[in-house]
Amino acid sequence: PALPAAPNPEYWLSNKQTSEKDVSSYNNFYEFGTGKTDPLEYAAKMQTSPWTVSVEGEAARPRSFDIDDLRKLAGLEERIYRLRCVEAWSMVIPWTGYSLAALLKQVEPTSKAKYVEFVTVVQPGNMPGLGDRIIDWPYVEGLRIDEAMHPLTMLVFGVYGKTLPNQNGAPVRVAIPWKYGFKSGKSLVKIRLVEKMPVTSWVKIAPREYGFYANVNPGVPHPRWSQATERRIGDGFFAPRVDTLMFNGYADQVASLYAGMDLGKNY
Amino acid sequence: MSAADLPPASANWTARQVARAKPLVFLLALYPALRWVWLGFNDGLGANPAEFLIRSSGLWALVALLLTLAVTPLRRIIRQPALVRLRRMLGLFAFFYTVMHLLGWAFWERGWSLASMWEDVLQRTFITVGMIAFVPMAALACTSTRGWIRRMGHCWQALHRSVYAVAALSVWHFWLVRAGKNDFFEPYAYGAVLAMLLLIRVGYFIRQRRAR
Repeated sequence: PALPAAPNPEYWLSNKQTSEKDVSSYNNFYEFGTGKTDPLEYAAKMQTSPWTVSVEGEAARPRSFDIDDLRKLAGLEERIYRLRCVEAWSMVIPWTGYSLAALLKQVEPTSKAKYVEFVTVVQPGNMPGLGDRIIDWPYVEGLRIDEAMHPLTMLVFGVYGKTLPNQNGAPVRVAIPWKYGFKSGKSLVKIRLVEKMPVTSWVKIAPREYGFYANVNPGVPHPRWSQATERRIGDGFFAPRVDTLMFNGYADQVASLYAGMDLGKNY
Repeated sequence: MSAADLPPASANWTARQVARAKPLVFLLALYPALRWVWLGFNDGLGANPAEFLIRSSGLWALVALLLTLAVTPLRRIIRQPALVRLRRMLGLFAFFYTVMHLLGWAFWERGWSLASMWEDVLQRTFITVGMIAFVPMAALACTSTRGWIRRMGHCWQALHRSVYAVAALSVWHFWLVRAGKNDFFEPYAYGAVLAMLLLIRVGYFIRQRRAR
């Protein structure tokens, strides 16, 4: 269904948007299988209503939010973000939602809240990929609290002016445009404020290949491929690859978060 | 298998009969490439055609290679030695799909830049292994003609035994591609088929030794 939102000119890109078809048919969502088209094929069975998101942990007022209340918590905005997958492909996507900070402020994080953990739903029976045991389900991702409070970090309810299709992480997900796509957890049921750095799913599987920070960085190659360039989905059969930008082009907004850090080590 | 199950010697296919089936095998082996063309014209290559074609060509190269290696065990099991007439064509198809795989990588991943390709070969184990597999395979394809068989004599067979190394390296390459994603079912499945094809040869070799 339609999800009306006001365009936010501050987060607008002139790049050609990736087609709605490609955005909703080429996904990584391993709960439904490891193939790129598995999510489209199998995600329809996922139950997205009723849905609550529990925001808990190091917070003065932890609580659960019903998805309908969550949608109305702040004004919905449409923002166009670049999405850069760690697999070296990219898209340009119009998301609908608001800054995650608006939600986090509601529960009043304490001084012990140094990190935020995102937990994706597990629905045995509705998610054929759960049998693969590639990931120790549920899928867990995380951010440092300052990254989570950054206005670019977005809580997303829709795409292309409609509610999220299941394969894109319905009914609610995050989008963190300066980080590789796997950081942006889908179909969230729990957001935990924690003191210690969470052990995220991909770090647990292959710490040498996937780091906690996972900032888009053309200078730090993945062990199995270069991150210097990317393939823009939908650019056509013979289109050359495009250069990958530091922090996926969001350096002006986010570089200061990492001042003094060795990004080669904290990849 | 008991002797009674085996076809009588008179049922052996002649070389000419097997040769007659060649156009059919050729068309079947061309199926993956024809499918790419069909999908290409019918919006069927998905959101990332480059990735699809690189993966698809790699997989079909491996399938063709395993089919090539299945010819010898098959001709022994069904007692049709003339089947060897199909082996070179299957081997050349394995080479064809490997070249497609390599060109896909060279163009879509490395933008035809030789320097960038060389860097990739040096830096990444799975590319290194794939390239090490490709070199002898190219040599096998080049020396597959009747003229080369005659000219090389005994050396020809010695050289062409490297196909076992090529196959093992190919499965290893596939395994390395999947490493880091914990998703090994397919490399293991192809590895198991290869192991079976090689074990049959070992078993045959041992039995021949004993018979002497």
